[in-house]
Amino acid sequence: MSQILQVENLSVQFHTYTGTIQAVRDISFGIRENKVTAIVGESGCGKSVTSKAVMGLIQKPGVISKESKIFFKGEDILGYTEKQWEDYRGQKCSIVFQDALTALNPTMDIGRQITEKIRVHRRVNRQEAWQEGIRMLEQVGIPGAAMRMRQYPHEFSGGMRQRVMIAIALTLHPQLLIADEPTTALDVTIQADILDMMKEIQREQGMTIILITHDLGIVANFAQDIIVMYAGKVVEKGSAEDIFYHPAHPYTEALLRAVPRLDISGGQLETIEGAPPNMADPPAGCPFADRCKKKRPVCGTGFPGEAEIAEGHQVCCWLYMDDGGGSGDGR
Amino acid sequence: MKDLIMKRLAQMAVVFVIVSMFAFSIIYFSPGDPLYLYTSPSVSTYKMSEEQLDDMRASLGLEGNVVQRYIDWAGKMLKGDWGLSISNHQPVKKQILDRLPNTIGLMGAALVLSVLLAIPLGLLAGYHKNKWIDNLISAVSYLGISLPAFWFGIMLIIVFSLKLGWLPSAGMRTIGVESALDVIRHGILPVIVLSVNNTAVFVRYIRSNTIEQKEEEYVMTVISKGVPRMQVLLRHVLKNCLLPIITIVGMNFGTLITGSFIVESVFGWPGLGTLCMDAINSRDYTMIMGITVLTCIVLLIGNFLADILYGFADPRIKQGKEAQNG
Amino acid sequence: MDRRAMKKIFFSNKMTVICAVLLLLVILASLLAPLSPYDPDAVNVAERLQGMSGRHILGTDDLGRDTFTRALYGGRVSLLVGSAAMCVAVLAGTFIGTVSGYSGGRIDMVCMRIVDIFLSVPSLLFIIVVYAFMPRNIMTLVLMLASFSWTKVARVVRAQTLSLKERDFVTAAKALGVSRGRIIWRHIIPNLMPQVIVAASLSIANAILDESALSFLGYGVQLPMASWGSMLQSAQQYILHNPILAVVPGTMILITVLCFNVMGDMLQQILDPKLVK
Repeated sequence: MSQILQVENLSVQFHTYTGTIQAVRDISFGIRENKVTAIVGESGCGKSVTSKAVMGLIQKPGVISKESKIFFKGEDILGYTEKQWEDYRGQKCSIVFQDALTALNPTMDIGRQITEKIRVHRRVNRQEAWQEGIRMLEQVGIPGAAMRMRQYPHEFSGGMRQRVMIAIALTLHPQLLIADEPTTALDVTIQADILDMMKEIQREQGMTIILITHDLGIVANFAQDIIVMYAGKVVEKGSAEDIFYHPAHPYTEALLRAVPRLDISGGQLETIEGAPPNMADPPAGCPFADRCKKKRPVCGTGFPGEAEIAEGHQVCCWLYMDDGGGSGDGR
Repeated sequence: MKDLIMKRLAQMAVVFVIVSMFAFSIIYFSPGDPLYLYTSPSVSTYKMSEEQLDDMRASLGLEGNVVQRYIDWAGKMLKGDWGLSISNHQPVKKQILDRLPNTIGLMGAALVLSVLLAIPLGLLAGYHKNKWIDNLISAVSYLGISLPAFWFGIMLIIVFSLKLGWLPSAGMRTIGVESALDVIRHGILPVIVLSVNNTAVFVRYIRSNTIEQKEEEYVMTVISKGVPRMQVLLRHVLKNCLLPIITIVGMNFGTLITGSFIVESVFGWPGLGTLCMDAINSRDYTMIMGITVLTCIVLLIGNFLADILYGFADPRIKQGKEAQNG
Repeated sequence: MDRRAMKKIFFSNKMTVICAVLLLLVILASLLAPLSPYDPDAVNVAERLQGMSGRHILGTDDLGRDTFTRALYGGRVSLLVGSAAMCVAVLAGTFIGTVSGYSGGRIDMVCMRIVDIFLSVPSLLFIIVVYAFMPRNIMTLVLMLASFSWTKVARVVRAQTLSLKERDFVTAAKALGVSRGRIIWRHIIPNLMPQVIVAASLSIANAILDESALSFLGYGVQLPMASWGSMLQSAQQYILHNPILAVVPGTMILITVLCFNVMGDMLQQILDPKLVK
């Protein structure tokens, strides 16, 4: 299966006055083309930072380490010049942020915010760009699109605003769309509408989507692949089936137990005791060890290597290492 | 938008009535007879007839009860009859209007200068937050807000007029010279002094605004669309940084007016400020009342324009929804 | 933010410490002015308009008075007027701000309209006009300065009160039946202290600046008393021969006002939760 995006040994650090925050620590994964991949984890686990790194949006206190590589269709984008980045952003890869109210310029009408993107990348006149903008708004299900082009972000409802955000991202048909908690700020019913719309567009146009979320519930019937992150590390990755029916990592298991499910009646929802570690000073061993019910002495010695427990299903946990010990290199 | 204008106009009217009452009370509560100068033979060499005095009293609003007098006086002011100056018997309105352009010119030049200076400096400081250039600009702006303007004026006179002899130290024209260039030469120092404080205030404001705007999430969105960095700055950040300047200019209008009064007395600039100081020193009530009322009109109009302009520039206000910062 | 953390940040910031030390020096010097061997008001025509020398370190003025000594005594007046005006402004502003913010509704609206009116008139002009017809003494001066600066304090205090009154400890006090006055006094005001200190610092800077401008124009501190501003006024005629006469008081004003401004501003930054994060 061809991969549109390969992330290798990505590390991102933020140098602040209180110390260096290691937001993402040496992670690697691949994204299959024309599929929906969800990156799941608690807030602060590094999933948003990862998505920003893919967009080239890591800014000043943040630094991407030298060993990091991100390949988009085989090209190492971290070596891009500013000009190449500008060409890549929006055209090949787009992003949708969580809160459209703050993510849209409050003093510019929607029309100009959409057409700006078109006119930066394509040599078209104002009229053509405007027509394309209306078409995009119609595509994401905004009624009266032609009229709404002239309106400002504050004149839209939360759900409509997020649709505008998505319309802007989809303009110029990028091959990869990153949706960073696209529905978290919305009511549950509107959440479902927006996800359905995204699913439909993805199916029609055959686009690759990376869905970043903390909510496994919305992932279930949307994503084909799932990457689970914890404390700046990828702890498990596999197909949706693998993750939902054969979770391997204790953290994934715990996450699943915390999701309300209709198919399993009875029982109580569980919470995960404790809090994620301080990212300014992450533990040497498995970061989940302190909250893990299956903790063993070896867990504190180092971060476990990657073990392939089934085809395309990898996990980083000492439980799956030979004898629960060894070199720490699982392959 | 219409609502906003109506609301502001109503507020202006209220403030104006209160200010006019204050101006009126200057005469009403001032100790002694304001016409003392004309009635006491020991003080005045110029003796008015009883008839003239009655006229004078009427024009000053010194007859009848307080309310009646105030209404009479206000009516006359509204009709444009601002009375005669007590000290030189010339119409107050004409004298004020003769001087007004000089003060407005001074204020306008200073305002333009401070905005032109403050925008690049503020943006530069905010964009390079905590770098040496920001520290330098911030330090200078601290000096600017703490500098006593009149003292700064004196220092400039010492250096540029007395020691170096480059620029004239006082007045607006060299006697006998009728050229715009001459006026400009006279105006350089006063305009600099008048603009220092405002420039510093604007710089600090624009700097903190730039820092705030740069970290707004929408900037991320714009960058993620593939917009070149320079265009991000010019089309998005700059506009949202500069919009609130309109408000801060309006808010500083009062300081600008009082500042111009002080600067005028330091440099002997023939504007409203010097006229006002002379009037106060000679207890010229009609003149003081006229200047007070006019100054407030200028200030209110300035504030009003700033509000309306901001309303037009910011779509969130134009549509009648107040900005969230309330 | 609790007081101890604030203190810690205050002392870890170099600028605030430098300003505090400078201010302390100015205040101490003014208080210790009587230690100077010269009488600030004694006329000595034989020694008029001298430059800097060992005898008079900053020279003498047109009446032969020692400039350094006069600057110290002038500082007493300037600082006194400034801090007195600040006290009145802070007391009035805090009172009106808390009552207005806590009561809300009609009281709040009326108070804020009054604040707006005060903010929309040219203050210095009004002070001069009124002062021209009032007995000219320090008391009037202080009240006049305060009457145009309480509005800024009131605004800050009101905004803070609005957010404080939604806090749980206020709700709890209300539920216990504590009276409005007592809630304001015991729960709101103590929590306003940081903001009030900032406002006070900025307000004293403004008061000193305005006082000096007024005195310079001849409508502030009256002779024989001298403040930095009135020293500048009398120095104006001699700037050609003896510029030091104008340099000294102006520099004193600048330093003092600068320190209060920087300190107030730094405190404000410390209080800004965005920066604490």
